[in-house]
Amino acid sequence: MEKDIICTVCPTGCTIHVVGDEKSITSIEGFTCPRGKAYGEAEFLAPVRTLTSTALVEGGDSVLVALRSAGPLPKGKIMDCMKEIHALRLTAPVSCGDVLIPNILGTGVDIVATGNVAKL
Amino acid sequence: MYDIKCDVAVIGGGPAGLAAAVAAKKEGAEKVLIIERDEKLGGILQQCIHPGFGLKLFKEELTGPEYFGRFVKEAKEIGVEALLNSMVLEIGDKEVFCINSKYGVTRITAGAIVLAMGCRERTRANIQIPGTRPAGVYTAGAAQRLMNRQNEMVGKKVVILGSGDIGMIMARRMTLEGAKVVAVIELMDFLAGLTRNRVQCLDDFGIPLMLSHTIVDIKGNDRVEGVVVAEVDANKRPVAGTEQLFECDTLLLSVGLIPENEITRKANIKINPITNGPEVNNFMQTSTPSVFASGNVVHVNDLVDNVSTESAIAGASAAKFAMGKLGGGDEITVTTGNNVRYVCPQKVSPNSDEKVSFYFRVLAPKKGVRITAKDGDNVLYTRKAIKVNPGEIEKVTVDPKGIKSLTVEVTEEA
Repeated sequence: MEKDIICTVCPTGCTIHVVGDEKSITSIEGFTCPRGKAYGEAEFLAPVRTLTSTALVEGGDSVLVALRSAGPLPKGKIMDCMKEIHALRLTAPVSCGDVLIPNILGTGVDIVATGNVAKL
Repeated sequence: MYDIKCDVAVIGGGPAGLAAAVAAKKEGAEKVLIIERDEKLGGILQQCIHPGFGLKLFKEELTGPEYFGRFVKEAKEIGVEALLNSMVLEIGDKEVFCINSKYGVTRITAGAIVLAMGCRERTRANIQIPGTRPAGVYTAGAAQRLMNRQNEMVGKKVVILGSGDIGMIMARRMTLEGAKVVAVIELMDFLAGLTRNRVQCLDDFGIPLMLSHTIVDIKGNDRVEGVVVAEVDANKRPVAGTEQLFECDTLLLSVGLIPENEITRKANIKINPITNGPEVNNFMQTSTPSVFASGNVVHVNDLVDNVSTESAIAGASAAKFAMGKLGGGDEITVTTGNNVRYVCPQKVSPNSDEKVSFYFRVLAPKKGVRITAKDGDNVLYTRKAIKVNPGEIEKVTVDPKGIKSLTVEVTEEA
């Protein structure tokens, strides 16, 4: 398996060419800094993303509260995480930092509120 | 008429206004008042729920609500006041007239004013897309507000015109909420927004990006039924015979931003024809000495961190002006050299004791370049850059003490 990965560590946007399989990398080239190499390796073996969305809130000064994953989630689980988030029904007040879904789908990552919704 | 007096009046409660107000208060202005037309502070960041903010300023990656939340908290703690649900209609040198449903027409008298109105999106009318006029054509930011603040899903099958950051972020957002994004269409032959947004918003979800294409027709009567996409030639004209119909129920436009300067123009403040924002000096002071300006109302930024930094200068300078302590005097105008579209601030005082950062955009993407700021033959600043791109703001920092002229240029490295 080989992949061209555009590095997003900085605005330079190097194209990193990686060859390997699911478990190991046999060759990596095109990076121009150590952070780029680390990004290329992680992006090839186990890509992760921060997920952000909104959840429904009842009885507040806003119908939605913004939320995020407290840490990066496996890229392949993003759409499944969205199903959990869609099922949320919160009640005001909600404060920035509140844990809304602990350990989502057993990833060890919490879903937390990033905004505030006051009780009406 | 209802009257309010303050030291510094800040028009707009988004990231620019919040940073300016906090800085003004910290500089010693006693009463600092933000005038905001929305029901809450935070501006556009309220709907920018995605991460990517604060990397420069806070050295961590925050979402929009987290980023402005920090400024709102600080503003409240130090006693910045806010007048919400209030639309500013007109300003004078030291007066702001606004209207709200509680006080009616209100006059705010201030020692200095900071313009922080931000910008608004270009619309279908601005770019004149032919076709019928059905429902389902939104600017990307309007759709973002509807989805992220009001819980209104705007469509199920979407085409996005323009590869600006808001458009790409909405492509991901709509996909996460279950919509199908058919394609992102870009007139230019390069990406308008940041590369990381292309990777994380388009490539991650297999959304095609079509460079050098545009929309030549919109189909549908009550609701959008499809758009006709065509390739463009080197002169950006559609190439006959390349048209293809993309079925969709929604078209999102991410085709640029316009600084919102109606009240600035009405006050006869000098507007720069390239940035469409007020011309400012290194204090972020406009052609009217008591009026300062910062953030997207001056020039469209790509990072909010820059907006906050620039706005802190505007706020602190406005406070100094209100207290009669702002220096200045002679000014020189910055010259845009090779491959530089504009530089902001446009003017600088050679009496300034502090180093000044100048932000600029290039005209065309180039690889292997040198960025230089010089006074005649005297090089004040120079560095190599691997590449430059019109979508990404560059910066030079210069000690202006005693300079006679200033030119910023981007040349190809030999």
